[in-house]
Amino acid sequence: MTGLVAALCILAVVTLAYGLTFPPLTGRVVDEAGILDPATREALEHKLADFEAKTTDQFVVVTLKSLQGTSIEDYGYQLGRHWGIGQKDKSNGVLLIVAPNERKVRVEVGYGLEGDLTDAVSKLIIENAILPRFKANDYAGGIARGVDDIIQVLTVNPEEWKQRAKQRSDHRAPSVDVIIFALLLFVFFYVWRRILWHSRAYPPGLRRGGWSGGGGSSGSSWSGSGGGGFSGGGGSFGGGGASGSW
Amino acid sequence: MPRLVQALRSARTPLLLLALGLLVSGCGINTIPTLDEQAKAKWSDVQNQYQRRADLIPNLVATVKGYATQEREVLTQVTEARAKATQVKVDASTVTDPSKFKEYQDAQNALTGALGRLLVTVERYPDLKSNQNFLALQSQLEGTENRIAVARRDYIEAVRAYNTELKTVPGVFWASTLYRSYKPMETFTASPETQRPPTVKF
Repeated sequence: MTGLVAALCILAVVTLAYGLTFPPLTGRVVDEAGILDPATREALEHKLADFEAKTTDQFVVVTLKSLQGTSIEDYGYQLGRHWGIGQKDKSNGVLLIVAPNERKVRVEVGYGLEGDLTDAVSKLIIENAILPRFKANDYAGGIARGVDDIIQVLTVNPEEWKQRAKQRSDHRAPSVDVIIFALLLFVFFYVWRRILWHSRAYPPGLRRGGWSGGGGSSGSSWSGSGGGGFSGGGGSFGGGGASGSW
Repeated sequence: MPRLVQALRSARTPLLLLALGLLVSGCGINTIPTLDEQAKAKWSDVQNQYQRRADLIPNLVATVKGYATQEREVLTQVTEARAKATQVKVDASTVTDPSKFKEYQDAQNALTGALGRLLVTVERYPDLKSNQNFLALQSQLEGTENRIAVARRDYIEAVRAYNTELKTVPGVFWASTLYRSYKPMETFTASPETQRPPTVKF
């Protein structure tokens, strides 16, 4: 019972903290607004999966029913962070967000790609490739063309991929916890050895005690995309990109 | 069995150390420095984005000048506000200084205001508005304002966590013993227009 109450409290706090709800990440194309036909969706999924296979960049197309009263810029970076699009160490994620009801579109660029897919380039793609088609109610065409252009910008020079070392580091100082943990581990093994040393009378089998240290929670932060499913790699966003409306 | 007891006895000091280590790290001895570092990192993000905006301005002013020669006054205001904003520096060690922080915030807000006025006057110059260079600058400025908003919000959140830790159990014990030099950090006063990214209309 108390567990349930605690869980509810946590849930309430989390909802309060975010204030926004996000659609589940069901694939590389999340069509919440339902403006894409299955064939287009399929084609986009393939294109985006190929793109990730080639570059490791994660690119997700998302259409939203509602921006829940906030701006598309505000919603966009939080959605990107919530899903963790992009590899964790590179933050190389891109979102193409379409909110047909608010008539807003945005290219949200992860930290790691800001140098290549700049604000100015994103704006250009929105103005030239996407908006003219959206104005003519051709959502599928606008999205497809926008995706093509973004992929082109990011793959223009394949050599550049290898050179791309200008990832933004997270500025985080190495955690003191790790050092203390290592120290504790050391002390622990020291003690363990001392005990073993003094209790030599015990048969070796017992001495090993079946206890295997280390294991510990490694805090695996990479949510692998095993089994054909798709999930974010843990990339982060800082408001890069551009928006447009029609 | 006596051997085991003897073994334990000889390992007493390390065992004690181990217990103490576990006890202390379990009590959040690391939390204050960790949160402090995080907030400082977020602060440097905020500074970077403001710096990036300042770097865009000379180019913007030069471009606007070419088309809107009679808007000298607004252009001068922007240039002056930029100069003032770049003079006020608040680095990670002075984010705990309220007056310095306020000075910084005021200078940046003044620049935001001057930029806003400039962008309103630009409306009167269709040639300028269709200039490629200006369009590129415009999208960069929009992007930067948006990044500033994100960075500020991340900083506010990091400072909230840090300041809370300083005032609540168990952090308050550490703050009053081991970490006396750790002071609460200043944060942005969220005026209504800073709640969401400023929309730069051209």
